[in-house]
Amino acid sequence: MTDVPVGERRQLPPPTTDSGAWGWIRQNLFSSWGNGITTVALVLAIVWLLNWFIEWAVLTAVWTAPSGQDCRGHGACWALIHEKYRYIFFGSFPYEQHWRPLFAVIAMLAMLILSADRRMWNKRLIWIWSIGSFVSFLLMFGEINLSSSLIFSIVLIVGVAGATLRSTAGSAAEINAWRAVAGIGFVGLMLRLLGLLPAFTISIAPLSYVETSLWGGLPVTIILATYGLLFAFPLGILLALGRRSHLPLIKGLCVGFIELIRGVPLISLLIMASVMLPLFLPSGVTIDKFLRALVAVILFAAAYIAEVVRGGLQSLPKGQYEAADAMGLTYFQKTALVILPQALRVVIPPLINTFIGFFKDTSLVLIIGIFDFLNTANQALVDPKWAGFPSEVYLFAAFVYFCFCFSMSRYSKYLETELNKGTRR
Amino acid sequence: MHKASLAAAFGLAAVFASGNAWAGKDLDAIKARGNLICGVPTGIAGFASADSQGKWTGLDVDVCRAVSASLFGDSEKVKYVPLTSQQRFTALQSGEVDMLSNNTTATLTRDTALGLDFTAITYYDGQGFMVPKKLGVKSAKELNGATVCVAPGTTTELNLADYFRANKMSFKPVVIEKVEEIRAAFFSGRCDVYTTDSSGLYATRAANVPAPLKPDDFVVLPEIISKEPLAPAVRHGDQQFADIVRWTQYAMLEAEEYGISSKTVDEMLKSENPTIKRILGVTPGMGKALGVDEKWVYNIVKQVGNYGESFERNVGSGSILKIDRGLNRLWTKGGLQYAEPIR
Repeated sequence: MTDVPVGERRQLPPPTTDSGAWGWIRQNLFSSWGNGITTVALVLAIVWLLNWFIEWAVLTAVWTAPSGQDCRGHGACWALIHEKYRYIFFGSFPYEQHWRPLFAVIAMLAMLILSADRRMWNKRLIWIWSIGSFVSFLLMFGEINLSSSLIFSIVLIVGVAGATLRSTAGSAAEINAWRAVAGIGFVGLMLRLLGLLPAFTISIAPLSYVETSLWGGLPVTIILATYGLLFAFPLGILLALGRRSHLPLIKGLCVGFIELIRGVPLISLLIMASVMLPLFLPSGVTIDKFLRALVAVILFAAAYIAEVVRGGLQSLPKGQYEAADAMGLTYFQKTALVILPQALRVVIPPLINTFIGFFKDTSLVLIIGIFDFLNTANQALVDPKWAGFPSEVYLFAAFVYFCFCFSMSRYSKYLETELNKGTRR
Repeated sequence: MHKASLAAAFGLAAVFASGNAWAGKDLDAIKARGNLICGVPTGIAGFASADSQGKWTGLDVDVCRAVSASLFGDSEKVKYVPLTSQQRFTALQSGEVDMLSNNTTATLTRDTALGLDFTAITYYDGQGFMVPKKLGVKSAKELNGATVCVAPGTTTELNLADYFRANKMSFKPVVIEKVEEIRAAFFSGRCDVYTTDSSGLYATRAANVPAPLKPDDFVVLPEIISKEPLAPAVRHGDQQFADIVRWTQYAMLEAEEYGISSKTVDEMLKSENPTIKRILGVTPGMGKALGVDEKWVYNIVKQVGNYGESFERNVGSGSILKIDRGLNRLWTKGGLQYAEPIR
């Protein structure tokens, strides 16, 4: 026996039963008889399920087969997906031209991914989206016709928008340049309307024209969700501002619109757009079904975005408004320079949440006969040659939706930490 | 962002809005446009479904193709617009489509109140019953007390109740919305009987029986308890176009009756039979009377086939559905398909 000086004790490691993997298992999974039994039962259940799933999905699965009949009596029929994946992704788009929707999807995804990077959150984004959208729609349509009135309208809008947005920051020469642009647009449009200027159309048609009734699959889902929200966003901001306005008429209109839209399901809006609207139009005039659905999605999304943005507006301390007023800023300057930048930053994560929701909600367009991704998957089930394998098709569709929604939700989480860096210690 | 989205919005709107606006007769509009816009179902096996290449096929689709062949001499000049059963009539009324070939049952109210014109009947359907063979049931009259799987809110459900009441029998309905779930419930034994249109029953039996069971384990009972005559529809107001759609169907039936098929049609051009010469336009007159090319029947049969070929290819023995022709046999073979003569 050795003498140990008083006050000095050898440091012993904790008992092995309390540390390491074994300790963790003991503490968390088998801390009592009840917990132990639950753990064992659950592990057995998971193993049994996994075993069954792997047996079905991998071991006895059929990967290639000439027709659905040869798949019967085995495990999962992945041959169906192998046969149908191009249809599920791109719908009835002309088969030999499938590269067009493919590149359109890639372009749109690239735009979304680029926009996700905070370093891109400036004027570059406008260029990315203008050019990207143009390219995507050119690929999808094959040709884009710009009529003279449209060109003048765009010129006018760009001019007015430029002059207003730069009214405080730009130099006098720059403002005048914007005003000149707006003026050219206005004069051109007036001359065109009065009939003094002959109509002309700039046609950009490098590819064969494919109409929207042939679109289907992933591009439709992405276009409806992305452009639905893109157009709904400014509308939603205006609605949110209108709802907090002190002018009773504007406030009433905005509240009425928001509550009306939020009070009805998206399906009823879509049916209105597709079944009721054509009855009100003069005979012979038809508006593209896809555009009608897109407008319904935009109106619906705008109401929800308005409520999200209102949350951001309300979260700003009153002092911000008062300080802006005290500096003598006009309502427009106050909103654009002080309020919105702060309010929107707060609501970015819930906006992405809304986006995830809409990405999935767009499959409701089935009800009006538009084939988005889920509905082309549904269609794959109808082909009599391959009928009878719903689980495979729906698993595949679920997997694709999961890839999209999960990455969006991870991004939202990342963004939340990024944006809160300033307020965190 | 704001600026770009506004500009893009206008751009989009203009691109979309440059759709089809026309005035005047439907037929003139179709000819001027150069293609036929045909409203088809959003997916019914055998009647209209998209294949792996995204091409529409099926019995309903063949009607559109045949009309296109008589109008343009080319069966591919069709634009298909998939329409749900809620949308289809509005789409036709508003001019979004030229005609419906949409698995639509012709009824009095649809013909009158909705302002449609149904042309010739392309498929005689009717509600039937399917039971597992092991029940040993031979007739629907023996189904007293049975559990019946049925879709809600359709005439199917009402017909079912009427039939059982009329025969003083009772039944327990199992009402399920989605067709996949109805099938699953039936095959798992939750109900003894599955009822829907008999074409649907045959299709289910042929393609949806889960693995250990075989199609032969199920029988479709002989009773048909409702009339479901499926016909293409056009708007009121353009009789000539309605005539073309109607006579296109008759032409396919006449072709079958006189043994003209896509394989024999070229030989048949040399036939001495005056009826065949008239049908194929060797003796001119019929096409002119209808307002189409004299070779209209030749084009239909060459490109789409006669009625029998179309039937067998899409829903009959040449397909997986293996639907018996039954009522859809020619009148010469004991069926109801009876075409007015082309003369």
